[in-house]
Amino acid sequence: MSQQTVLFDKHRASGGKMVDFAGWQMPVNYGSQIAEHQLVRHDAGMFDVSHMVIVDLSGDSVTGFLRYLLANDVARLKQPGKALYSCMLNDAGGVIDDLIVYYMHNSWYRMVVNAATREKDLAWLTQQAAAFGVEVNERADLAMIAVQGPNAREQALSVLPPDVAAAARPLARFYGVDSGEWFVGRTGYTGEDGFEVMLPAGEAGILWDKLLAAGVKPCGLGARDTLRLEAGMNLYGSDMTETTSPLISGLGWTISWQPEDRDFIGRRALQAEQAAGVKQKLVGLALEQRGVLRAHQSVLAKDNAGHPLGKGEVTSGTFSPTLKKSIALARVPAATGEYCEVDIRGKLLPARVVKPVFVRDGQAV
Amino acid sequence: MSEIPAELKYSKSHEWVRVNDDNTLTLGITDHAQAALGDLVFVELPETGAELMADDAVCVVESVKAASDVYMPVSGEIIEVNEALNDEPEIINRSPYEDGWLVKVNPTGNELDDLMDAEAYAAILDE
Repeated sequence: MSQQTVLFDKHRASGGKMVDFAGWQMPVNYGSQIAEHQLVRHDAGMFDVSHMVIVDLSGDSVTGFLRYLLANDVARLKQPGKALYSCMLNDAGGVIDDLIVYYMHNSWYRMVVNAATREKDLAWLTQQAAAFGVEVNERADLAMIAVQGPNAREQALSVLPPDVAAAARPLARFYGVDSGEWFVGRTGYTGEDGFEVMLPAGEAGILWDKLLAAGVKPCGLGARDTLRLEAGMNLYGSDMTETTSPLISGLGWTISWQPEDRDFIGRRALQAEQAAGVKQKLVGLALEQRGVLRAHQSVLAKDNAGHPLGKGEVTSGTFSPTLKKSIALARVPAATGEYCEVDIRGKLLPARVVKPVFVRDGQAV
Repeated sequence: MSEIPAELKYSKSHEWVRVNDDNTLTLGITDHAQAALGDLVFVELPETGAELMADDAVCVVESVKAASDVYMPVSGEIIEVNEALNDEPEIINRSPYEDGWLVKVNPTGNELDDLMDAEAYAAILDE
């Protein structure tokens, strides 16, 4: 039986088309995915992301614990509220999950992990935390609403409770702040400005209705996926998994190699992979012709001299509503040059290999 | 609830067929099909003159979500394709039974009798 978030009835009332996602009944769209996508790029939209898993980590050794647990280094977080994106690796350097962690104070961090990986993440966190005496507390009592788009913050601030709004208003990008049981992060998964609001589940329906009344329309998981792909953000389970390292997943920038004496889970495996030469890379693809790139399509890679390099694979693909052509993320041989071909339903179509950021803050990159 | 015009014939794979006055057929995908696919972004149309058998793939319709084959409900020759869909595939979402038609066919078989009427098609959607 799949679960429902506290906003399930609100989705139905807004005409949400419900699908199963990671064991949750979630809205894929409320009519038109493309209209919802454009709304977030040009105005503001809201997403129910209550299926995501909020975990509070607390204890005197929590910083040391996270410096060991994560490939990125929480010691870089000096200001309370500052957020960090990181991979959580296994010993082989494979990605258990990607996550955001907010540094609140020296004995409290808040982490948000994926819904699809909830059980294994919590098991891993609990297992690793024991030696550090860190308490792992899943916050299933909280719901989460993401309000995203160029007008999202303004709209959200107009309906948040006054004390929460006062705390959220001065937030810089990639910071979060708590206010009572509420928490607001100036973060998101769309490539647009906005807030992610965590709040007691019982109050989520009220905030949802206030946002609706303020003119913020609900958007589904479909738009969330095209928005994140245009922004060049990875999706766990598609673009990286437990058998791919961050180095071949476009996430090398999230590994904090310095200081050299920081031991973190997976470090040795990553160093060995680097020493042996990284064999693949994750790139962006832009299809030159009509058609749609989809996950698992085969990529025929070539170097810049046109010599064949073997096969790669599309890990995420879609039609970009902003660029009006198909875009994708693909894992290809490291020497892949500027062009490749993709096998789309038996036809080989040329695609341009690009930096995997297609749209940022409403503009084509 | 999806719209199911009474005067059309329907296939199990969610195509509709209209019998024109000159006995040619117009075919498209149903309102149910377009809603299930979501926003259409690309339609691959056949060449006119192509002769196809019933159940052959005749078009590919792609939405943001997925690519889907459209099958010939009847055997016949393609006599016209809806070129407007090349630039505006979303017409199918807006008007699946009128402006969003896919192809016109000169039928060569008599499979038309095997297709469902609106009532029978409505019944399979309820299952």
